[in-house]
Order: sequence, then structure tokens, then C-alpha cells
Amino acid sequence: MAVNFKDINKTVALVGTDAVAEAMRQIDPDVVAAYPITPQTAIVETFAQMVADGKVNTNYVPVESEHSAMSAAIGASSAGARVMTATASQGLALMWELLYIASGLRLPIVMPNVNRALSAPINIHCDHGDSMGARDTGWIQLFSENAQEAYDNTLQAMRIAEHKDILLPVMVLLDGFIISHAIDRLDLVDDDVAKKFVGQYKPEDYMLNASQPLCVGAFDGLYGYFFEFKRQQEEAMRNSVKVIQDVGKEYGAVSGRPYDLFESVGLEDAEYVLIALGSAAGTVRSEVECLREQGLPIGMIKLRVFRPFPAKELAAALAGKKAVAVMDRSDTFAGGMGGPVFIELRSALYEEEKRPLLVNYVYGLGGRDLPVQLVNQAATELGEIAKSGQVKQMVNYLGLKE
Amino acid sequence: MGTSLKELSKKPEILTGGHRMCAGCGAPIAVRQVLMGAPDGVQLVVANPTGCLEVSTTIYPYTSWNSSYIHCAFENAASTLSGAEAAYQSLKKQGKIKDDYRFVAFGGDGGTYDIGFQALSGALERGHRMVYVCYNNEAYMNTGIQRSGATGLGTWTTTSPHGTESFGKTQNRKDMTAIAAAHNIPYVAQASISHWRDLVKKAQKAFAADGPAFINVLAPCHRGWRYPMEQTVELAKLAVQTCIWPLYEVDNGKWNLTTKVSKKKPVEDYLKIQGRYAHLFKGEKHGEVLKRIQENTDKEWEKLLQICGAE
Repeated sequence: MAVNFKDINKTVALVGTDAVAEAMRQIDPDVVAAYPITPQTAIVETFAQMVADGKVNTNYVPVESEHSAMSAAIGASSAGARVMTATASQGLALMWELLYIASGLRLPIVMPNVNRALSAPINIHCDHGDSMGARDTGWIQLFSENAQEAYDNTLQAMRIAEHKDILLPVMVLLDGFIISHAIDRLDLVDDDVAKKFVGQYKPEDYMLNASQPLCVGAFDGLYGYFFEFKRQQEEAMRNSVKVIQDVGKEYGAVSGRPYDLFESVGLEDAEYVLIALGSAAGTVRSEVECLREQGLPIGMIKLRVFRPFPAKELAAALAGKKAVAVMDRSDTFAGGMGGPVFIELRSALYEEEKRPLLVNYVYGLGGRDLPVQLVNQAATELGEIAKSGQVKQMVNYLGLKE
Repeated sequence: MGTSLKELSKKPEILTGGHRMCAGCGAPIAVRQVLMGAPDGVQLVVANPTGCLEVSTTIYPYTSWNSSYIHCAFENAASTLSGAEAAYQSLKKQGKIKDDYRFVAFGGDGGTYDIGFQALSGALERGHRMVYVCYNNEAYMNTGIQRSGATGLGTWTTTSPHGTESFGKTQNRKDMTAIAAAHNIPYVAQASISHWRDLVKKAQKAFAADGPAFINVLAPCHRGWRYPMEQTVELAKLAVQTCIWPLYEVDNGKWNLTTKVSKKKPVEDYLKIQGRYAHLFKGEKHGEVLKRIQENTDKEWEKLLQICGAE
């Protein structure tokens, strides 16, 4: 039976933070423990109002720091509750040790993180340095291009996190201000559809089960099983690739908006490809489509899932391409290795017999604008690389004032 | 609920034997006395910050706790447990669980006075219904006797050593019990493992409080304090008798002295049997410090008597 998606979607105009709060309202978590930080603050403000107005059953815990936000989330999730929190930047950094504990304890906590630069110098605007720093903490990371995707990703994140083969926390990433504070047109699915899609949370092992008390966070020393726990965590991360794809398809079936690990433009005939994630993907797409109309053999990939890193799938998608440019909104300070997406893609392509030439563009740190002219500059240089077969400068900084 | 030995002997053991705390350690004594004050017929969730108690009672795949238990990190027992309590309130209200639960944290002084201070203050201010117990042995014992905010003036520790230029810790301890009381929570108490009936009564009140409760229990550590292990309870008693560790409660804002000390013993009686103060008794060099410890103790005791309206 064909679904009329117009009936189940309501078109609204919302800023990104309110779009995320709407998803949280529909999920109706048992506990939300959160602390305000720019540019995430509006999420907790809007959600606190929803609690105050009785629109959710959530017990909202207004903690005194992000460290306590994640600690309380861990305590609540271990107790058997469905739990969410939200943060940004320094807040995520303050949670750092607990990010590992949440994933190590296999707790399905969902956390929107509004991407913002890390100090110093202090800067409240967008880059991906905060969540990229947390890329090895064992959290699944889903990037969003706009408010629609931030909303859709949040609903899907709960399903992915709570899947019995996964049980890993999920970060939903949206660009600070560019997405969080800009009014965007988006479609919300019906409450009933959202609630049915997300489903009820039924934990197997939890502390508030009187018939089977649970010891959470036991000490595991030199002769214990630490290594095995970590190996299993990696296995769960590998398993999550398929679950993320399945959930993305299922979400498409109920909303009309299917999701995958990444999406692309013109890969079938492109000779060179730009890769971007987050809000910049919109600018890149616009320019790539424009250049394709002019007859240039260019394509693009918008990466949605950064953890797990879809190495195999990206390598397959880029097979036979002459050149690839990776756009990174953060740096690794590795001394010339480039940004994190670049490093990982470069590693993913190593086994390929015919590797495309690779070039990295670090852009937009601290909220520096990415006008279409800069994308055009990168695309033009990439075209020259594809033509000449030579990369003059592997790591480039786009839009510096220097 | 009474505190007769006959009644208390029938209480189920939540912390079982077979854990790996040192023989003669004050901490498990404190835990068992506090848990004797837990009401009958409720389930418990116990939380520990990182510390001796945690590493010695939950060695995977074993646990010494006959209850649900959580350890998260060092500085966040209070915030972690506040999350568990929030989950309970939410799930109970929604009818998703039926059993009654109580929440109790046992943190050392490092995890309470120092690194866990902010999380504890936040949890007390938010009003979670939980009992936070500090088993106070006045230093970081799990990592080998480093000074904490609970370590007293003149004390030797490995990070406040005495030497030609130092008499040990140069600062006074902070008054954590009074700080907890300043949160205006329903129940706060200072207790000692030597006065078990007093402690069990305080635990009963703490568990009965409709909100957060804080109990600061002196629990000597013979490894860190340097005394023969069989004297743990004796040391705790001397701390009370010298008024270095007075026993009192703040019950809904009312300060009560719970153990009167009619004939105060000199602090030297308590200090001289501990190796961590041995340097204060060698020669004349540090005699001044002993005097200051006595003066501080007298001053604090007088202040407490005044607040409690006792004589």
C-alpha cells in the first residue's frame, strides 16, 4: 500500500535547535540530564519548557556541569531509563572521560552535539573540532546538513543506539549557528508515526530490576577481561554499519526520507569528487551541480556517518576516480597530515589498486564563512589535479586571512 | 525502627564477606553500620566513586554487593547516583517499575571533599532523594596516602611529607559536614565507626529523609595512619573523646550534639599513637604544631557547642 507522506509530515519553519527539541519531545525519554552551553542552549531551554508544559513524561535533571550531565545520563541509563542529553564544544570536552564510560558500559544514550570550535582562542562558532576530538570514544557519530537532517538523525539515533546488536551511544551532530540558529523549512513526521518508529525501550540488564540486581562498572584489572570488552565494542561498531543502513531505510519508508551512510551527486560519471560533511555539503552541492551543468566531470559525496567510518563503502564509491578533495572543518595538528576526514579517507583508500589522487581543504574553523567562491576555488584546483595527475600541495587552508 | 543488637543482627548483609579490603580497615565497618540503618523491604542502589572500596568489592566477574551497584568515575558518584535516582522517579511515576528503591553513595574523602565536591554540591542542591556517605580516612589511601582536603594540620602524607623545611601538611582540613549542612538539605550528620549505635540511628534518619542526606563518617586507615591494625575502632573512639571528630547532626536545620564529651582528652593522646604524627613528637622542633592542633580543636569544639546550644 502506498503511503502518502504528505499526510504524515507536517511542514514547519524551525531553527535547528527547536527541530532537535521536537524530536526529543516525540522520543519522550525517561530522563534528560543536560547543561546549557552556546549554541546548544536553545535545545535545553525548549525542552525544559516542554517538561514544564507537561508535553513529555521526562524527568529533566538540570545538572551543574556537562561532566555531571553525562554522569547522570550514565547513572540513569544503567538504571534502565531511556536517556538523552545535549551539548557543544567545551561541554563535550568536559565530558571526555565519561564518553568512554558511556560506550564502555554499552549504554544507548543519544546526544545531539551542536558543533562549535574549542578554545583557545575562545570562539562560539561552528567547526567540527569538538566532535572530531571525540571520534575514538566509541560513540556512533551522525552528521547533519540542515535542521531536517538533525531532526531525522535524532529519531534514528535512538533506534540505532538501542538495537540489541549495538548498544552504543550515538552523537547527532549539527553545525553551530549555521544549523542551530537558522530558521529552516522542514517536515516533522506525525507524533504517532515517530513514536511507533522509535518504539518502547526494553533494556535486558538494568539496576532497577529487583529480581536481578546489577553491578555496573566493576573493576577489571590486569588478569581480567578488559581487552575482550574493548574488542566486543569494536565488533558492535562494525555491526552498526548495517543497522544504520537498515534504520535509514525503515525511516525512509515511514517518512519519505531514506538515509544511508553517505549520499552523492554525479558519481556515475564524475572524474573527480569533493567530499564534505555538515552544513557545508549544501554549498558544495550547489557549486558541484552548477559546474556539472557547465559540463565538468565533477561529483560530490556528503558523508553522514563518520563513526563507524564507512571505509569499504567509500573506497567502492571512489573506485576509478582520478582525484578526490576532502573538505575538513577541523584540523588534527598532526604536523601536515591534514584534517580527520582526510586522514581516515586516505587510510581507507590505501588498499585500492588504483588510488585516486587526494587533496585536503581545511576550511571554516571558528565559524569562518565558506562562500561558494572558495568551493569553486577548491573544485578548480581539483580539476587541475585530475588533469595533470599531480598534487602540488596535499593540505590546503581555504579562506585564511594570511 | 530500633537499634538493638538483636534487631540489627537480623538485617540482611548488603556488603558480603570475601571482599578484599585490608584487615582492620574502617571503611567496610562504616558501610555495614550505615546499611543496618536502611529500611526493611526496599531495594538498594549503591554507588562508589573510584577508590579502595570500589576496587576491593567489585573485582570482575565478582561483586560483594547484594544489591544493584554502580561505579562510574572518581569525581562523580553523586551525579551518577542522581541520574539513577532520577530514572527511578521517572519510571516509578510512569508505572514502569513497582519496587521501592533507596539510593546510597559511599565515597572516600578524596572523592567527596576534593574531586567529587562539585558533583556532590550539585546533587544536594537539586534535592535528589539519596544518602551520600563519606567514609573519611583523611587522605587518598587507594593511591598510597596522598593529602586531601580532609587531611589535618601537621599530618604526614606522601604529598605533604615532613622534612627540614616542613612539618607535614601546612593547612587545616575543610569542614565538609558544615558545608553539606549549608545546602539546607533535610539531614546532615558527622559520625564515627566507634559509636555504632549513634551511626545506625543517623543512617536511619538519613534514609528516612525526604531529600538528600549527607553523613561524614570517620573510618581510620591503619596503612595510612600508621598504627597497629587492631586499633582501628580505638582510634576512631579517641578522635571523638579528644573532640577532634565531634559527633553531631543537623536535622532539618537543627544542630544537635549527639555524643557529649564530659572530660575532653588532650589531642596528643590521639596523635601520639599514629605514625603519621610521629615527627611532631621528635624533639622540640614541631611542638608548636601540636599546640596549634589543640587550639584549633578547642576553638572548633566551642563553636559547635554554641551552635548546638549545648554546654
